[in-house]
Amino acid sequence: MDSNTLYYSLDLVSGSGLTLSSEQKAALQTSLVILKRNNKFNRVLFWGKILGIKGDYFIAQGVSEDEMTDKNSLYSFNCVDWHLLPPATEAMLAEVSAAAKGRFVGDPSHEYEHTEIRRQGEGDEAVEEEVMIKVKEEKRLASTVHTIDKEVSVVPRGAFIKSPHGLVQTNRSFEGLSSLEAGKLSYFLHFTEPQKLKKKSILEMADLNRSIDFLDPLSEDIPKGSWSLQFERGSTVCVIRSMLWLGLTSFHVPMTPQHGYIYMGDGLKNLDLPFML
Amino acid sequence: MESEGALLNNQREQTSICFKAFMLKNSTKSNLNLYDHFARVLTKVMDERPENVVDVIEDMSHEVKRGLLLDKQSTLRDIPLSAAAQLLAEQQMLLFSRGGSDDGDQEVETPLPNVSEVGFLLEQAGVGLGREEMLKVFLALKQLVNSQPLARCRLWGKILGTEGNYLVAEGEYRDEEEGIHEETAEDAEGEPRDDDEEAEMVEIDTLPRSTFKPPPVVPKEDNRTGVNKFTYFVCREPGLPWMRLPTVTPTQITAARHIRKFFTGRLEAPIVSYPPFPGNEANYLRAQIARISASTQVSPLGFYQFGEEEGEEEEEGARDSFEENPDFEGIPVPEMAESLSTWVHHVQHILQQGRCVWVNLAEKPEDDFEEEADEEVKEEADEPEPEVGPPLLTPLSEDAEITTTPPWSSKMSSTLISQFAVAVLHSNLWPGAYAYASGKKFENIYFGWGLKFAGEVYTPTFPTMPQREYTSGPEITEALDPSLEEEQALKAALEEQKAAQDETGGLGGDEEDDD
Repeated sequence: MDSNTLYYSLDLVSGSGLTLSSEQKAALQTSLVILKRNNKFNRVLFWGKILGIKGDYFIAQGVSEDEMTDKNSLYSFNCVDWHLLPPATEAMLAEVSAAAKGRFVGDPSHEYEHTEIRRQGEGDEAVEEEVMIKVKEEKRLASTVHTIDKEVSVVPRGAFIKSPHGLVQTNRSFEGLSSLEAGKLSYFLHFTEPQKLKKKSILEMADLNRSIDFLDPLSEDIPKGSWSLQFERGSTVCVIRSMLWLGLTSFHVPMTPQHGYIYMGDGLKNLDLPFML
Repeated sequence: MESEGALLNNQREQTSICFKAFMLKNSTKSNLNLYDHFARVLTKVMDERPENVVDVIEDMSHEVKRGLLLDKQSTLRDIPLSAAAQLLAEQQMLLFSRGGSDDGDQEVETPLPNVSEVGFLLEQAGVGLGREEMLKVFLALKQLVNSQPLARCRLWGKILGTEGNYLVAEGEYRDEEEGIHEETAEDAEGEPRDDDEEAEMVEIDTLPRSTFKPPPVVPKEDNRTGVNKFTYFVCREPGLPWMRLPTVTPTQITAARHIRKFFTGRLEAPIVSYPPFPGNEANYLRAQIARISASTQVSPLGFYQFGEEEGEEEEEGARDSFEENPDFEGIPVPEMAESLSTWVHHVQHILQQGRCVWVNLAEKPEDDFEEEADEEVKEEADEPEPEVGPPLLTPLSEDAEITTTPPWSSKMSSTLISQFAVAVLHSNLWPGAYAYASGKKFENIYFGWGLKFAGEVYTPTFPTMPQREYTSGPEITEALDPSLEEEQALKAALEEQKAAQDETGGLGGDEEDDD
């Protein structure tokens, strides 16, 4: 969520039970401003908190020109000193998914080890080698943040527009969804490269507005119950929680342009989801 | 020359008039024309003078168009406020109304804890629902206390669901008024699990009877003991009425251990799972609450102590009662945050059986006169070992790890102002369970989905194997058909028998020969 709105938006997502202590909030307000100036970001977002066994990571993201692709993630332990996370590459994602299991430890230099037996050579000359993959927790953190953004980041429809140059930018004339629209999952979109948009038939595409409907809606996610949409705080806030990554909460106040999402959890994907619905 | 210029001008004028007429032509679809639209857009630009107007001009044009349509409709219709929001707001207004007999309450001990303090300390620990929401929750708790005769009441926590959430309050009734309201959420106990095929009373054929005997049902614990020590109330939002949850049975606890399901937020929702859960969502919720309480309710070492009558040693029974220690001096916070042995469990552990106190199911109370024979039989058969759990008030350092994860994580709430910090415990076994302690004050709370952290991926229980072969019995065993020789031999033997009878008996025979 936007760091400018942190002090009131945090109350809106606290329905999940996790918030920040007043000391952390105060530290964030100051350090994020400094961060923005030092790294020359357009906007700074407070992405959330990943709980580890020995310590927690606070994650912030800085956004430059294009809201979707120009993101840089940073982490901190005390909300004061921020360290840049390496950008997540395909190779890193593959490594992390093979090696890192269990909860985050809370120490960025902790190494996860995983031994794999690989065959090298072919046929008679097949030689079995034990390959040890080591992954540092920092990389695991970067790839988790990247995966969560890719799979479950949520924005209301119309909040971002694609300019004719292809840049994704905030829509300054976004007035918010109406209460009726905010109750439907199809008005909320994934904030990543669309996967299913191109496979839609021409009939479906005819109703879409090219500048705001360039993302996949949440209602098409499989399995069907993987999102929970509720109105909280006396029905003034629409809160969407993901069941796939437990801890991701997205909020939107209908009829206002306030929206955002935050992740507060242990950073583990809920692979048992189909059994649990 | 001039006439040429005039002619050119005239032509230009003519084209411009033509073009203006074209622009004034109303569109067939929306009854707007380009000329008026441009005029409106440019007026808007002149009035507002936005930044980078050339980039946002298309949006402004859209807005102007939309604005026209809305204007025509807004005088005809009122936008209806969502009815649900209004109803909820009205119910929440009741929270803020003061009851009639508030003046006397200041002297009487109220069953409520110091709510604002609890909310503040929880916030320091990084846990909570936001200040206003916590206050509403505590006001709802006060409403509960006013409506039910509870001796003690505290906020247990919040369990999230897919369609709605549950706010859970834990209460203990005062001695006399108890169990009067038995009409709680109904236990939807269906038929006993496996096939119990009753023989259909068909005259010709009776279906085979199943030889399956379900294992004996473990009796549930009485109210106010063991698992059912406290009563739990849930409500969906603060302000809505509180529903009392039914007591929990051991079968429900053992079934809850095998399934992994989200809550939906509706108490009467069925739980579709394998192994089938005996009950509906209210029972499942109660079972999970019992499991969470047993695993994660902790207090600082020394806050509670066992009762004065410690002289008698009880053989197997675990001590299940404790009282507050009046001489408790708080343990310094850094110590609490560092070592786990300064915290103890104060809720009994649930045994494998699903109860806190073990019950020997193999005892048969009948057949009194065959006691000796019974005892012999008992000695031969495997006597079930009594299940023993860790006794009450064991420190957390004895808790088992889950694969490689320690069961608890502890930290201080603040490193900058450590003199006034609070020690916070997060449970890794039940993510969402928190405990904090600061001097003499402590509290446990749960905010989460109500699921255990298994460490590995969940594999559902497989259904039992079907019977391989039908049990052999006389009606289905094959018999060989007798061969021709055997038949003839039998017939010859029968005829001989008859002939012998005729000779001896002398009956005038109707010798019916069936050939």
